Amino acid sequence: MLAETRVDTERLESTAEPELGAPAMIRGRSLWRDAAARFMRNRAAVVSVVVLLLIVLFTIIGPHFAAWSIEKIDWSLVGKVKTMGQPSIADGHYFGTDEVGRDLFSRVIQGTQISLTVGVLGAAVAVVIGTFYGAISGYFGGRLDSVMMRFVDIVYSIPFLFILILMLIIFGKSFVVLFVGIGLISWLGMARVVRGQTLTLKNREFVEAAVATGVKPLAVVFRHVVPNLLGIVVVYATLLVPEIILLESFISFLGLGIQEPNTSLGALISEGARTMQYGELWQIGFPLAFFVVVLFSFFFAGDGLRDALDPKDR
Amino acid sequence: MIAFILKRLAIAIPTLLVLITLSFILMKVAPGSPFTGEKNLPPETLKNIFARYGLDKPQWQQLLEYIWNIIAHFDFGPSFKYKDRSVNDIIAQGFPVTLTYGFWAFLLASIVGIALGTTAAVKQNSWLDYLSVGITIGAQVVPNFVLAPILVLIFTLWLHWLPGGGWNGGKPQYVVLPVIALATTYMANIARFARSSMLEVLHSNFIRTARAKGLPGHQVILKHALKPALLPVISYLGPVFVGMITGSVVVDFYFSTGGIGQAFINSALNRDYSTILGVTILLGALTIAGNLVVDVLYAWIDPKIRY
Repeated sequence: MLAETRVDTERLESTAEPELGAPAMIRGRSLWRDAAARFMRNRAAVVSVVVLLLIVLFTIIGPHFAAWSIEKIDWSLVGKVKTMGQPSIADGHYFGTDEVGRDLFSRVIQGTQISLTVGVLGAAVAVVIGTFYGAISGYFGGRLDSVMMRFVDIVYSIPFLFILILMLIIFGKSFVVLFVGIGLISWLGMARVVRGQTLTLKNREFVEAAVATGVKPLAVVFRHVVPNLLGIVVVYATLLVPEIILLESFISFLGLGIQEPNTSLGALISEGARTMQYGELWQIGFPLAFFVVVLFSFFFAGDGLRDALDPKDR
Repeated sequence: MIAFILKRLAIAIPTLLVLITLSFILMKVAPGSPFTGEKNLPPETLKNIFARYGLDKPQWQQLLEYIWNIIAHFDFGPSFKYKDRSVNDIIAQGFPVTLTYGFWAFLLASIVGIALGTTAAVKQNSWLDYLSVGITIGAQVVPNFVLAPILVLIFTLWLHWLPGGGWNGGKPQYVVLPVIALATTYMANIARFARSSMLEVLHSNFIRTARAKGLPGHQVILKHALKPALLPVISYLGPVFVGMITGSVVVDFYFSTGGIGQAFINSALNRDYSTILGVTILLGALTIAGNLVVDVLYAWIDPKIRY
């Protein structure tokens, strides 16, 4: 869906350029190219994106360098984790081991992978549902709009965190339940934002033109309104990812999220918080560092995108 | 104003009913009854137990009676786990604790947050400004469940100043760390809101007029700028209140303070269905009520808001 619309706008641009009668040497300034230029000027945002790419790269390449798997217990260290489980290059535990002697390097990599996956997938679900819902509600307006938005209002004000915990206890603490639960919550904000933006778009001339030439209502929404929402959707999706990572970590911290032998950053921080009183600080330090860096990068990247794509917001 | 309150209530009450119904249904679709886990009880005994807890009636009747008991008697029914305690007992035990640290955290977050934010705006680009911006950014990536272990690490394990958990009837030294852990994120957010709205107000025309007619600086700030600058902050107090409630789950879990969050986690892990249902509904109702109060307060202070 998203890819399709992107192709669509590009085609529009390429047909628009020759009509201006500009010489072939001069390239037009499209909205997206302007935004990209603005984004590149924001140093913090660019650095954040680079850091994020490096972390993703690390989670892909890292396992090939890991000497131990996530589940394998290093029996030579059992009971001696405090003195011998420290990070060391010699025995292959680059980040040390956890309390039961499993390799923290592999576990941090897996935790980062899972946290990132939950965040990105959750945001993707929110984008798809929220965009469709908000665009339809905003475009058609009237009674449909008030019913759809009243529904969002009501669901929004349910303290969903408790329902999510309830769901995890009743249907089992599985990845699927966690994922569905987070998906159920996170599209609501997106729907509101998209609806608001749709309201400002739907009376513009290009929408009027589309209606006048006889394009069907749903086609107007998806071919003309939604592509113009992409900027704001991208911004909010980027800011949604860290929020979902936070939510997942919170649940995992309580021991209700990702279950053994799998792990996530929240679960690792929770384990590390329990063992730090024995002085095994590397067990909280490494997951915490990854957690903080990932969140920082997403927030800064999101801020940069907002400045670039939605300049009137400031 | 009254129309506005009624309009908000028209959302709040259905929300509450949806919440109760949703949690009730979730409990009912849970595999097995709360008593299947125990030894194979003879059918007669099981029937008696079901009758005692009202589980032999049709589902819809159970739901209606449950809602009615809550509204009319504030009665959440008996605990499924502890035969001699009701859900009300469990709530009554944990609630004062949560109320105590929640109250102090709310106070700390709003007072320090507003003070920090407005001072930072007044003295823009001073070290205080940079400090407040730094705290704000830091707090975004250090949620309460991360801050709690860090605080314990510093103040309990390294400095030995404060105990790292327990409640002991709310002695001050036991309250400090939970309150800081709970308040910091919201304090930082309040500071951020207060700073940006104060900056906006300070650049507006009526402040320039006030300065131009020769008012001393502190009077311009206190008499003219502060009130309009605090409006957006008030709208954020709703989420802060909600954060105190959900945050109690973390605080109780990490500091073993024995508040309502602990009742929630324990009943969740014990599959004590009636308790978890009761606590969920209570916390949900508090959340909804808190948001309602803040909305009405906001509309009362700022007459421009009508939605």
